[in-house]
Amino acid sequence: MAKVRKGIEVSIAMSEAVAQANVDVIAAYPITPQTHIVEHLSEIVADGHLDAEYVPVESEHSAMSVCCGSAAVGARTFTSTSSQGLALMSEIFTIAAAMRLPIVMALANRSLSSPLSIWNDHSDVMSVRDAGWIHVFVESGQESYDHVFTSFRIAEDPAVMLPVAINLDGFILTHMIEPIWFEDDETIRKYLPDMKMKNALHPDNPVSMGCFGMPEIYTEAQMSRQVGVVNSYDTIVKAWKEWGDLTGRYYHPVETYKADDAEYCIVTMGSYGETAMEVVDALRAEGEKVGVIKIRLWRPFPFEDFRKAVAGKKTLIVIDRAISFGGPGGPVASELRSALYGQANAPKIVNYVAGLAGRDVARADFRNIILEGKAKAAAGDVDGFTLYGVRG
Amino acid sequence: MAKPMDQITWQELETGSVVTEIGNARQYETGSWRSERPVVDASGCIKCGVCWLFCPDSCVKQAADGHFEADLTYCKGCGICAKECPTGCIKMVSEEG
Repeated sequence: MAKVRKGIEVSIAMSEAVAQANVDVIAAYPITPQTHIVEHLSEIVADGHLDAEYVPVESEHSAMSVCCGSAAVGARTFTSTSSQGLALMSEIFTIAAAMRLPIVMALANRSLSSPLSIWNDHSDVMSVRDAGWIHVFVESGQESYDHVFTSFRIAEDPAVMLPVAINLDGFILTHMIEPIWFEDDETIRKYLPDMKMKNALHPDNPVSMGCFGMPEIYTEAQMSRQVGVVNSYDTIVKAWKEWGDLTGRYYHPVETYKADDAEYCIVTMGSYGETAMEVVDALRAEGEKVGVIKIRLWRPFPFEDFRKAVAGKKTLIVIDRAISFGGPGGPVASELRSALYGQANAPKIVNYVAGLAGRDVARADFRNIILEGKAKAAAGDVDGFTLYGVRG
Repeated sequence: MAKPMDQITWQELETGSVVTEIGNARQYETGSWRSERPVVDASGCIKCGVCWLFCPDSCVKQAADGHFEADLTYCKGCGICAKECPTGCIKMVSEEG
């Protein structure tokens, strides 16, 4: 493929990216709203455009099991799921991270049942937050395409060896048609070399994976994982920088928009960043000193980047897309409060949970949230969270 | 294991806790878990090998004379061999006595 700009559905663009990344194995079970990604990949393989095994498994538990087996032999491996599918594969999802298998997943974020819902929020990904994967959030079709390559590059780096989940909002992104730049195959080949796995399963080099661990060794195994995830940060930043140098599209763990001189900022993760920027433009025209802070890298959490981005701000209005029932607020706000605890002159954090299961959060809603959040902070009303728009 | 498991540091673990030393489970002596041990009455043994087949730790070995005996370095004392023995010639005996 030559470098070209296409108007294309984001899911289809992602599958084309997976093909350009020359994956060896895809194992997936279709589930809304991830379906178009895996259906199109199935077509690409069936039509002979990609020399890969497409394993049409009987469940998501099996999908992740196949992915573990294939990554264990050093094959480049991709899968995709959503919501209940992620819940069903959660046992093996954690094992993939613990065994340091460099699988890349497109996680088309969708709410968890019940009530049964196919629409978008972040309750699925938050349920596996602590499984030890690298989690990246994208906000546009272009980012969805780009992050397929950067994620394989990061996952398979010998200094990392971790699975990466590319979180993209279901429907809001997966089913959107956007203009997307496709890079030429030569650029991709240059950026993404073949995987070289030190301890890949092979008869000539027998090893055991996923062994039993007694209390005498389990703690050390977890320490190794913790250090591995934290240390992946350097490789992530480097991989994004090099992608930017090749394509002109640079990504950062925490990104800001009109935040430099802002007194207060709205904080988003995922596709809401695009709407937030538009609303901030309008509010700026009215004289509000407001900006946007976007969390791209969720795990490992970029504490220093975040603290630097919010330095000097009076208030952060954080939009969460999931509830931690009975907890201190949405998962993102909890994280940010924790990141700022004990810091001098830390901004106040006002937390909204909004857009559950695809309930529309339009520009007017962002405006309400931003202005109401600012007033709440001024009044010192900063505990817990507000479930935006709930009736009753 | 190059060194005992309770002395290995996290830095010494392979990425993903992959075990590159083949057959090192042998160095983990599970016999210390045992509260009862199997004792074989050789006069009742028909050398069928059911105990050998069923032992979950593969610690039952066949001696030169064809009889079977558990390797007490690894035998956890689970009693499956005694339960499965078709002639009932294996008895579980308390380690306390």
